[in-house]
Amino acid sequence: MSSTAGKLVTSRSELNIEDYLPSGSSIQEPRGKLRLLDLIDISPTLTEAAGAIIDDSFTRCFKSNPPEPWNWNIYLFPLWCFGVVVRYCILFPLRCLTLAFGWFIFLSTFIPVHSLLKGQDKLRKNIERVLVEMICSFFVGSWTGVVKYHGPRPSIRPKQVYVANHTSMIDFIVLEQMTAFAVIMQKHPGWVGLLQSTILESVGCIWFNRSEAKDREIVARKLRDHVQGADNNPLLIFPEGTCVNNNYTVMFKKGAFELGCTVCPIAIKYNKIFVDAFWNSRKQSFTMHLLQLMTSWAVVCEVWYLEPQTIRPGETAIEFAERVRDMISLRAGLKKVPWDGYLKYSRPSSKHSERKQESFAESLLARLEEK
Amino acid sequence: MGNTSSMLTQYDIEEVQSHCQDLFEQQEILLSLYQRFCQLDRNFAMNPLSLRLLKMVDGLNFKDFVAFLSAFSAKASLKQKVKLIFQVYDSDCNGKVSFKDIIEVLRDLSGSFMSDEQREQVLSQVLNEAGYTNDSFLTLEDFIKVFGSCKPEMDVEIPVD
Repeated sequence: MSSTAGKLVTSRSELNIEDYLPSGSSIQEPRGKLRLLDLIDISPTLTEAAGAIIDDSFTRCFKSNPPEPWNWNIYLFPLWCFGVVVRYCILFPLRCLTLAFGWFIFLSTFIPVHSLLKGQDKLRKNIERVLVEMICSFFVGSWTGVVKYHGPRPSIRPKQVYVANHTSMIDFIVLEQMTAFAVIMQKHPGWVGLLQSTILESVGCIWFNRSEAKDREIVARKLRDHVQGADNNPLLIFPEGTCVNNNYTVMFKKGAFELGCTVCPIAIKYNKIFVDAFWNSRKQSFTMHLLQLMTSWAVVCEVWYLEPQTIRPGETAIEFAERVRDMISLRAGLKKVPWDGYLKYSRPSSKHSERKQESFAESLLARLEEK
Repeated sequence: MGNTSSMLTQYDIEEVQSHCQDLFEQQEILLSLYQRFCQLDRNFAMNPLSLRLLKMVDGLNFKDFVAFLSAFSAKASLKQKVKLIFQVYDSDCNGKVSFKDIIEVLRDLSGSFMSDEQREQVLSQVLNEAGYTNDSFLTLEDFIKVFGSCKPEMDVEIPVD
């Protein structure tokens, strides 16, 4: 893989998909005079095309398995009905109340602190940090979240960044209840956006817009500035760039790995028996997703804080990202797939196909010269 | 696998296996292929020949889909593999591959990086050297002769989830 690293276009943070395709799919470099066989033998390209037809591991990452019906018989069905009644009529109102209560406490302390303690930045930041952690705990409580944390808790130090696999926006809440991270997120519309611009602003979050290409450089600069600051909350990045269904990990974007600091991986795994926490943002709005969580029995998950890693000499950012992805996938029992998460939003460019055409044409013309 | 195997019965699986001459034997492989067959994304083209191949499997039922792909099994013979390559070239399915047919595939493979004249020049040259003319029609036997004993490397591994 390292021999193709030279082909990377480094002026834009674009990932080279060719690096991730299964090896052996490149057209072999032929030697000697051109024969009819060489022209007719399209087997390498054909095999790659057939491979893509047969294995589209990409769509598998975003498939959420429909819940299997287990209750369609005479005595399980009434039990299930009873469960529904408990969940919707008892648990759900209780949870709403708890959440409302939590918000009340939060807002009645946050707003005064935010406006009155304008002068004393350090004290204000500390209090806001604690408050954000508290409201996140309330959120987690509102889904009866049972979270088990393993490993040393994050500490506030400069030149470090945290990366985690991404299943839903609740990943952020689950992690935030333990430590007030500053996170980099896609700006959302609606009430989520409102929360983002007011409360999350206080812990130092960074926003980006997926559809804006120039945004990348601005964001990269903001990231670099943030990790330099000693007082800033530890930065949390989800390098997959999109929500994946917690069975697979897609390619990590290298942005988080080029900041020149230690990368601390975090692995998150949800227990599907209780609820499927995957947020399919194309199928559900975040509100519906939250409501679904609040009417389930529980959200059970495990969080592992893994050993911090630094880039090894001679390692590229992509290799580093892959190494960390290996660690996270192994720990959380996820399968790795070689696809870019952003393909969920846009078609793959024809550049890959064009590159293949270019190399074929070049080798053909070169061999034509050899008489 | 629970939600798809309910659509294929044991009888279906055995029928498909015999139709592809047992080149895909394992049940899990057929189940995996069936899932893919149901969700084929017809516009996903990352390869110069993807669209051409997709057009060939479009409209096939699952049995024929598996039979078509069986040429990519490791157990397929040289003749079966060359036959598939022949079918890719013979887009009008008349059993003969003309100069024009080969040029069309060459166009897919080289895109805008070669001019039409260059393609025709290359093809004419190699055809003449192999003893054919620009007006010859190549049959499957001719293709097999050209490949000789050189079995094309055309093996695909089907992932079983």
